[in-house]
Amino acid sequence: MTASKDSPDARTARFRRLASVPLDTIGSRSRPLAGAWTSIREIGDQKEMLGLLVRRDLKARYKDSALGFLWSLIRPITQLIIYYVVVGKFLGAARGIPDFAIYIFTGLTAYTLFSEIVASSTASIIGNAGLIKKIYLPREIFPLASVGSASFNFLIQLAILVVAAVVVGSQPLSLDLLYFFPSVMVLLVYATALGLLMSALNVYLRDVQYLIEVALMVLMWASPIVYTWSMVRDILGNGILLNIYTSNPITLSVLGFQQAFWTAGEGTPFPDNLLLRLAVTLVVGVVLLFVSQRVFSRLQGNFAQEL
Amino acid sequence: MNSPLLETSSDAPTPAPVVISAKDVSKRFVVRKDNALKERLVTMGKLGRQHRQEFWALRDIDITIEAGTTVGLIGHNGSGKSTLLKVIGGIIQPTTGTVSRRGRMAALLELGAGFHPDLTGRENVFLNASILGLTRKETEDRFDDILSFSGIGDFIDTQVKFYSSGMYVRLAFSVAVHTEPDVLLVDEVLAVGDEAFQRKCLDKIRSFQEEGRTIILVSHSLGQVTELCDRAILLNRGEIEFDGNAHQAVTAFRNILEERRVEEAAAASPDVVVHEGHVLGATVHAVGKAIGDPVLPGDDLRIVMTFDHDDKLNDWIGALQIDNASGQVVYGTKNSLMDVRLPPLSGPVSLEYIIHNVTFGSGKYFVNASLLDSALRHVHDMPQACTFNVPFYPLATGTVHAEPTLRVLDAAAHQASAV
Ligand SMILES: Nc1ncnc2c1ncn2[C@@H]1O[C@H](COP(=O)(O)OP(=O)(O)OP(=O)(O)O)[C@@H](O)[C@H]1O
Ligand SMILES: [Mg+2]
Repeated sequence: MTASKDSPDARTARFRRLASVPLDTIGSRSRPLAGAWTSIREIGDQKEMLGLLVRRDLKARYKDSALGFLWSLIRPITQLIIYYVVVGKFLGAARGIPDFAIYIFTGLTAYTLFSEIVASSTASIIGNAGLIKKIYLPREIFPLASVGSASFNFLIQLAILVVAAVVVGSQPLSLDLLYFFPSVMVLLVYATALGLLMSALNVYLRDVQYLIEVALMVLMWASPIVYTWSMVRDILGNGILLNIYTSNPITLSVLGFQQAFWTAGEGTPFPDNLLLRLAVTLVVGVVLLFVSQRVFSRLQGNFAQEL
Repeated sequence: MNSPLLETSSDAPTPAPVVISAKDVSKRFVVRKDNALKERLVTMGKLGRQHRQEFWALRDIDITIEAGTTVGLIGHNGSGKSTLLKVIGGIIQPTTGTVSRRGRMAALLELGAGFHPDLTGRENVFLNASILGLTRKETEDRFDDILSFSGIGDFIDTQVKFYSSGMYVRLAFSVAVHTEPDVLLVDEVLAVGDEAFQRKCLDKIRSFQEEGRTIILVSHSLGQVTELCDRAILLNRGEIEFDGNAHQAVTAFRNILEERRVEEAAAASPDVVVHEGHVLGATVHAVGKAIGDPVLPGDDLRIVMTFDHDDKLNDWIGALQIDNASGQVVYGTKNSLMDVRLPPLSGPVSLEYIIHNVTFGSGKYFVNASLLDSALRHVHDMPQACTFNVPFYPLATGTVHAEPTLRVLDAAAHQASAV
């Protein structure tokens, strides 16, 4: 054996190196702030892993299909066509809303990002049971990988949206485009917070998964995606109820998206101070994300045995 | 072959640092019988307690493992071996106590190493290696080694869901050993590999030992444990029953297994008194020498075993088996093989076996005595009923004694003469 010649050296070198690193206690619980920081660092150390998991999610999804990746294009395009033809033309909703197909697709693009993150994160821990039971990894990376793959699909859909907007003739290049950034941040932060929390709860209570399905359906209709904000205002009036409706982070983001991409709706009424509201919502969202991560890290200790 | 075990103890210039230290580790599992919201709500509060079952899988485990040692974890099914390994690996958290460790760790826990069934072997290698701490570049550099060690060839580009369980383990093991771990945890995975692969794995483990890596091995193959491990930990119902020399641990384990077998048999058929039959004892010595004297090659071995039965057993068999120190069967015989029918057993009876002209290699041997019924069911076993020693023979190793001679031949001349 060739290795045996230099092995006493290898052995000594290994012992020296090991002796020089401190013994660390695994799974020790620490104070919340320091704990959050440690978690972030741990996740940071696993960037490459995160990338691989995202790729795995995307690859595995269309693995055995002939068209493969094309399906991530076909789905949203079909959706766009259906909404344009059926809802817009047949049902006549288009009469009230200019460029209805773009309008609806804008809202859907925003909402799909949110719902896909939440739904796939919720299932992510259970879906990766095989890995979690075998290997220690910061478990946050599984919901985060769902965020990653949902974001990838979102980018595709966004590209279609921009192309469609240009084709239809509205010029998307304006300062309003800046609304996109806070809106997408709000969506990401809230979806991640909710997804983290639900993925952990789902391990202990499988009903969470179904509950989330229902909640996502309700949330979709609670935001101005297929109808406009002004329709809601006409019914609720300008009081507290409208304020509550508008404060829904998803509603705010959807409105932000529409500001950015639905240029045909220039004159339609939008809530005041949309940017400010988005900013406040974002700050609240970051706090929620922190809380949710803390809860997650509390619950994750027992994942391997509960799965 | 020079033994890596000897090297460890003799010339260790740097003292081995501690790589794993578990202090007062206990693990409690709470098993609920209801998993859906409705049931959970219905059974909340007091009632809920009845639906919970608490269970201590590990109790007060205290172990310290130094770098470079190979530790075997043995124990009956459900004794907590896998749980202990998972706690050490950080995969589950102990209920009380702490585990500290240093160095890079790779774990192969019960079948599979966290592969994604829909991805190909190649993609899984990258994923898995990344989990075990390799960068993409490092994995690329080692990919050929990993592939050739695993020996799965073209299947590397097939989705792993189509792999056989052996192929799965081959790939998993191959990735794990190529990630340069300081500590390797292995839970029974080697058992599914074919013989060639098992040999390859054992060789790899041996070179790991030489390189000063630490290995913790769960195995039901006691022979493997005595062969590979410097130390063995015997778990019994979640507690450490024995921690130390591998041979002694295996002996202690055999005793526990026998106790349990008796208990289980008694529990299985409480009406019938199962243990009517007994092996009362056995002695072994070379003919013409006293018990305890060394047995030399060429001696005749005399083994006397005493059996008893409370009632009456027709067609019974008194079997003997000789194991070497690592638990391997070296020799076995019984009257049924020799076409000898014994009179019914209804009181104490001794059988005398003479084994002629034995040529055992040097080492310690154990005699197991068994009482079987006509269907070859074990009525009672007495493992390691007695032992004998064969003195050290400097010219050869192994379980067979034979005298070697050596001559150096001129290869060309030899070939010519052979033709
Ligand atoms: N996730 C879990 N939830 C509840 N109980 C568990 C869990 N995992 C293990 N146990 C229980 O803990 C005990 C020890 O299990 P463990 O898997 O450690 O045994 P083992 O020694 O590895 O056995 P084997 O030789 O069969 O592999 C068993 O009684 C098992 O039922
Ligand atoms: Mg086990």
